[in-house]
Amino acid sequence: MSAHSTDHAAQPAILAEVNPAIIPRAVLVEQNRDFHWITEKVCGIVEGTTPTWWWWCFGLAAVIASFTVSGLVYLVSTGVGVWGHANPVNWAWDIVNFVFWIGIGHAGTLISAILCLLRQKWRTSINRAAEAMTIFAVVCAAIFPVFHVGRIWFAVMPGWLFPFPNSNGIWQNFRSPLEWDVFAVSTYGTVSVLFWYVGLIPDLGTMRDRFTATGNMLKARIYGFFAMGWRGSNRHWSNYEMAYLVLAGIATPLVLSVHTIVSFDFAVSLIPGWHTTIFPPYFVAGAIFSGFGMVMTLMLPLRAVYRLEDLITQYHIDCMCKITLATGTMVGYAYSMEFFIAWYGSNPYEGFAFINRAFGHYAWAYWIMIGCNVITPQFFWFKSVRENTTLVWILSIFVNVGMWFERFVIIVTSLARDFLPSSWGYYSPSIVEIFTFFGTFGVFSFLFLLFIRFVPIMPMSEVKAVIPAADPHAGHHH
Amino acid sequence: MSKIFPKSANALPLQILIFLGVLGVVAAAGITYYATPAYLRVGYQPVQPVPFDHSLHAGQLGMDCRYCHASVEKSGTSSVPAAQTCMNCHSIIKPASPLLEVVRKSYETGDPVPWVKIHQAPDYVYFNHSVHVNRGVSCVECHGKVNEMTTVYHAMPHSMSWCLDCHRNPAQRIRNPEDVFNLNSAPLAAQGPAGLKTAEKFIHDWKVKPPQSCSGCHR
Repeated sequence: MSAHSTDHAAQPAILAEVNPAIIPRAVLVEQNRDFHWITEKVCGIVEGTTPTWWWWCFGLAAVIASFTVSGLVYLVSTGVGVWGHANPVNWAWDIVNFVFWIGIGHAGTLISAILCLLRQKWRTSINRAAEAMTIFAVVCAAIFPVFHVGRIWFAVMPGWLFPFPNSNGIWQNFRSPLEWDVFAVSTYGTVSVLFWYVGLIPDLGTMRDRFTATGNMLKARIYGFFAMGWRGSNRHWSNYEMAYLVLAGIATPLVLSVHTIVSFDFAVSLIPGWHTTIFPPYFVAGAIFSGFGMVMTLMLPLRAVYRLEDLITQYHIDCMCKITLATGTMVGYAYSMEFFIAWYGSNPYEGFAFINRAFGHYAWAYWIMIGCNVITPQFFWFKSVRENTTLVWILSIFVNVGMWFERFVIIVTSLARDFLPSSWGYYSPSIVEIFTFFGTFGVFSFLFLLFIRFVPIMPMSEVKAVIPAADPHAGHHH
Repeated sequence: MSKIFPKSANALPLQILIFLGVLGVVAAAGITYYATPAYLRVGYQPVQPVPFDHSLHAGQLGMDCRYCHASVEKSGTSSVPAAQTCMNCHSIIKPASPLLEVVRKSYETGDPVPWVKIHQAPDYVYFNHSVHVNRGVSCVECHGKVNEMTTVYHAMPHSMSWCLDCHRNPAQRIRNPEDVFNLNSAPLAAQGPAGLKTAEKFIHDWKVKPPQSCSGCHR
């Protein structure tokens, strides 16, 4: 200590001038790739010949998707009894799968809307694919509530799900969160499609022009039709930017509201283990957690297959891992807070519901959930883990599995052990349910494969805007 | 930029929007007018095996509805009379009329007259005549002015919303119990605020509680 003070005795206590070290920001496009390279890279995926692996995956996805189709045909022709629901568990895999898929969509909306408003530039290279994921996830989610009514024509007839004047003179029960779900999910689907499509227009214009240049007029017309006359004029860009910003503003509350309302399906009821005020934030955090899990599950193979390392950089993976870590930790906090409140609230039914979750007949599912959702994301604290792409991908699979089990645990354990011990039961899914759910991964992959084959998977114009060449003044604004 | 679409394509989005808007309005108007019970049922007037004239019997002669439809006050269904009821008078009045041949035959053989049913409640609807006529709901509310019909026709739509209009707001349609079978009477509410007040008092005193839950009618 004394030696230290002697060494520096000559120097003033306060520096006359501070020269903080400038830590360079992570670049969003590596290897100084230029505009042309980005266009060629992204358009090349669509313009090139269909890779063999694509056909294999597409065929496999179609086969798996056929499980869902056959399961649903069997359900409609026979009745909802082909699923394993029975007293007291009358809600099970159908709503588990619905919440699982709708939750996944949330990461896409978060990336495209909230990160857009917050000017997080790293969103650019992943937002298109993440939004596509959102739309396809909503499609998969919608299958379950629509088909669980059995007579599906009632779900699509005006006046049954959507309020519509009818000669029966009846309306929906507007006090039911299930009806709020109809509005929340249909709004979510509509806004997601609009947002995705508006973002696509400049790139569709690029595709049209490139196909016109190579003389492929059929494709030029198809892309041209969807490009809606995009010319890339200043006026077009100005309107486009405004429309995109407005849609981002509209989509932002949806990130929070949709899963809040989904959580109301449970929280508004009186079932122990469901009737808690923590549900909305807890569900939203879980939804974003699961969504980022799925984004990584999709983007990491895509990055490897199409050699997109310069566009989806280690920095992007770091960011996604950190959001997964943050939301996963929030979910873990919610799990412990549920237990705390069950004890603190001194409600014997609530207390029993949580003890039963952790140590009852479904304890296996509970501990799978804890393992996947609470422990898995903690690995993302380590830089070495985040830099190991294979490991990140495996961990992202665990996140997906864990979030499915979370919904299963919440829904099934509470219903299987409700107030009346005489009606307690144990739910097991039927083979039809298992195949219908498994098939939705095929449906999802089928749509996603079509997406990567026919649509530019990254917003070229936005990616170009975040490279240094787009900012000639290097951040010095006058 | 190369041109791949004609210039007229610029107007296409607007044209499509206008077309969809018009299509939507036309579809909604068409369905409302042509596909609801008010269009599909009202006016149904089948040819009956006997040209029984309600306007003559219930109108000019002033016969009570209950002379023929005798069980309406006591039963869920309002009975269609047997040929015996007709023959009470027609054994004396116009006993040889060729128009009554079917009735005489039914009277002799015991086989019912094959009347064509006009007002058909679906199997999934529970409807009870007695509970309505005993609580001030007149025949005319559902069947129209049968006392003025030469051949009976479907006068009211009988849609679910039409049932619910009254179930949700019975005070507007209720009569004095003594006026229920007087098809020329008007609902109490037609007499102004005082009549409405009487109707509301009746509803209270007689505990008129028309069900609005699903299982009230769909049992």
